[in-house]
Amino acid sequence: MKELLAIMLSVVLVDNFVLSKFLGICPFLGVSKKLDAAAGMGAAVIFVMVLATAVTWPIQIFVLDVYGIGYLQTVVFILVIASLVQLLEMTLKKYMPPLYNSLGVYLPLITTNCAVLGVTILNIDEGYTFIQAIFSSLGAGIGFLLAMVLFAGLRGKLETNKAIPESFKGIPITLVTASILSLAFMGFAGMVDGIFA
Amino acid sequence: MGNKLKILTKGIIKENPVLVLLLGTCPTLAVTTSAINGMGMGVASLAVLVCANMAISLLKNIIPDKVRIPCYIVVIAGFVTVVQMLLKAYLPDLDASLGLFIPLIVVNCIILGRAEMFANKNSIIDSALDGLGMGLGFTLTLTVMGLIREFFGSGTLFDKAIYGASISPMTIFMLAPGGFFVFAILVASVNKASNGKAIKKKDFGCGECAMAEACGQKTEEQEVKA
Repeated sequence: MKELLAIMLSVVLVDNFVLSKFLGICPFLGVSKKLDAAAGMGAAVIFVMVLATAVTWPIQIFVLDVYGIGYLQTVVFILVIASLVQLLEMTLKKYMPPLYNSLGVYLPLITTNCAVLGVTILNIDEGYTFIQAIFSSLGAGIGFLLAMVLFAGLRGKLETNKAIPESFKGIPITLVTASILSLAFMGFAGMVDGIFA
Repeated sequence: MGNKLKILTKGIIKENPVLVLLLGTCPTLAVTTSAINGMGMGVASLAVLVCANMAISLLKNIIPDKVRIPCYIVVIAGFVTVVQMLLKAYLPDLDASLGLFIPLIVVNCIILGRAEMFANKNSIIDSALDGLGMGLGFTLTLTVMGLIREFFGSGTLFDKAIYGASISPMTIFMLAPGGFFVFAILVASVNKASNGKAIKKKDFGCGECAMAEACGQKTEEQEVKA
């Protein structure tokens, strides 16, 4: 249990997907303008990441590895994720309309989110067991949500700031803010080892 | 002929995929810790971009409109696998340092974006030129960014030492915050150089992406209207 928590916490804080691994930068910059949108997107990502890992891990271990066709990993994973997202969208729309209304709009853009494909491939590369892989995906999703929500809060302040130089308005100042946030997250380095030592 | 040249060159400066269209930000930030890595990533993406653009241009009349995005993704994923295997076989060092970001070329918005915006409407030659131009623009930007980060972060250029032990390099440029910061400065310089034209063109790059319909930009606009 300790080990699982260590895996999870380290992807939430130390190896945060957005701020230290540079995965999922597009939605991080694009959808973080408003707090509720950022939270919705983050929640949808957690959901899809865990689900995608739960499906791709067995495919890799029981199909691709067994038949020696590991080189098809990229093609198979992206197809599985794309169809999974589509299926999820249709299911939510039909059976859980309230949830669909809050998360559904973010689902299509998750397909091409490199954080989701990234986490499934990383779990295989790290040689995690199924349970470890699920916890690592959960952590990656929570880390994404955390970064999105924190960043949305910061961006709210940027919008009203009049002191920004003309050429820095918009994207550049947002990136500088991301840089400072990622600097703050570097402070977590080594912390997880300390807790579980 | 001038027209063809225009297709080729627009990707390098006027519509630079990274600095103006703001596509493919993830690999731009992640792999540019050295000029070699940036260049390698750029060339790998360029190869996929040209091949995918040509294939999709050839298939544009066969692919049904409704399922075109999944079809594009399969075509792109196929070429990415080819590049991945070639790199593993002939450039194992580069493959090791780019790591995860090679398979992630599949979800690079530049490639899907060009398929959707250009290749499915234009002839095979134009599509190849477009892919080449965009790929060159991407490679160039990644190399420049790699050079800057390598110079400040480890005091080398293309792995050759530039300043000796007298100054200790600023390692922060090699780490995540440095990546965001250098990218911010580059985008700001492009804004300054184009007199803010690039800034007005769009806020965030997702607009050019094939998934733009669903993307944050549009979603937020819809929310505002509703």
